[in-house]
Amino acid sequence: MSELRYTKDHEWVRLDGDIATVGISDHAQEALGDVVFVELPDIGRAVEEGEACAVVESVKAASDVYSPMDGTVTEANQAIVDDPALVNAAPTEAGWFFKLSGVDRAVFDALMDETAYAAFLASEAA
Amino acid sequence: MTDILKTTPLDGLHRALGARMVPFAGYAMPVQYDLTGDLAARCRGGVLAEHLHCREKAGLFDVSHMGQALLVGPGAAAALEALVPGDIAGLKPGRQRYTLLTDAAGGILDDLMVANLGDDYLALVVNASRKHDDYAHIAAALPAGVRLAVQEDSALLALQGPLAAAVLARLSPAVADMAFMSIAALPVAGIECLISRSGYTGEDGYEISVPARQAEDLARLLLAEPEVAPVGLGARDSLRLEAGLCLYGNDIDTTTNPVEAALTWTIGKRRKTEWNFVGAAAVRAALHDGPTRLRVGIRPDGRAPARAGTEIVGPDGAVVGTITSGGFGPSLNAPIAMGYVRRDLVGDGTAVSLMVRGKPLPARIAPMPFVPHRYAR
Repeated sequence: MSELRYTKDHEWVRLDGDIATVGISDHAQEALGDVVFVELPDIGRAVEEGEACAVVESVKAASDVYSPMDGTVTEANQAIVDDPALVNAAPTEAGWFFKLSGVDRAVFDALMDETAYAAFLASEAA
Repeated sequence: MTDILKTTPLDGLHRALGARMVPFAGYAMPVQYDLTGDLAARCRGGVLAEHLHCREKAGLFDVSHMGQALLVGPGAAAALEALVPGDIAGLKPGRQRYTLLTDAAGGILDDLMVANLGDDYLALVVNASRKHDDYAHIAAALPAGVRLAVQEDSALLALQGPLAAAVLARLSPAVADMAFMSIAALPVAGIECLISRSGYTGEDGYEISVPARQAEDLARLLLAEPEVAPVGLGARDSLRLEAGLCLYGNDIDTTTNPVEAALTWTIGKRRKTEWNFVGAAAVRAALHDGPTRLRVGIRPDGRAPARAGTEIVGPDGAVVGTITSGGFGPSLNAPIAMGYVRRDLVGDGTAVSLMVRGKPLPARIAPMPFVPHRYAR
């Protein structure tokens, strides 16, 4: 399994060739609590880094999901629309949100790796 | 911030149970629990599981942040009637009633429970966020001989759910025979408590006022019963929303009057002939003229919840109201909301649109409660 990179907004990205898969981190799903609704971007939508392009809602609150990089949406995960609890159960696997094509490898490399993200979480908690 | 938050007598227990504590009305309160051990086997914790546990078995809530006070002395009922539209003088000993504190414009200062303990003792339970203002407002209106005694040293627990009566009766047999909205001083496993058969979830259950120093002992006794799991504020909110019950500050406040809030039923029959409470003229006019808007239930057609503050748009494209509470109803597995809409659109089934993230989502006006009340009768 290829490595995950993280944003400060608690999304993760996995790069397979030139396709980036995006989801929310285990920390994010834990903080949100039980996910009850997900809204995903349309296929073909061009998104920019930092653009709000999906929504995840728990019983109590709604949160935006931001695109970690520029790209075009090639797939959206209907499984989490049908069963939002998948986001809690498997946030970095079956609970992925969408896939992007046309992404810049250098942008991916500049995101936080596991160690840096763990340090970022620790700094946020402090 | 956190160091200035007040804590309830159950603060240590919440933390030991794995609660996620959040600031609420100046108190550190559990929003949900990450349960472990035996309790995790009963209820996995989290808002959804806690909500469903309460609907299926029995949930234990700490509501000690709410204000508890006694109004004492000859004329206590008459003094309170000057401030609320409810029939307090007609409240029999051992009975409790939901009522409202109103302001001069007929707006709602708070909603509260009032119980007649007999011998010119009334027990009040008011909202945490409003208690200091409420106490000042009430105290300023009291005649000589009637005093307000704030019960700072009492905790308040709620045991709610279809198995609450069976559980509590094991520890205090007399509670089994209590009628809905009755109140009695009874020992629970030897701890002297003031127990009402009431709550704010739509389920059967009890609210138990207990001396602060014995609150944790009582909570642990209740949690030792196999049907009981702790429930946080998150599920308390989704339970009351499914039950169609108002949250002060969201659904009612000083900009809403009892008539448009669909709380006309709280105005006592006699009070509607006397019209002698604060703001009575305004409430009477609202009743006579009919409200321009009314609090209603709303069910989005799709899966997307519509949160408080969402604009409601009518068939003609005009903004016709606002959602005041909205979220997800775990027992319905669907989004639900309540809010105020223009008077001509309040009929059940009326189609409206909810402006969520800039898009109109179809929804319908729906009867409340969304989940039928199951109070003991």
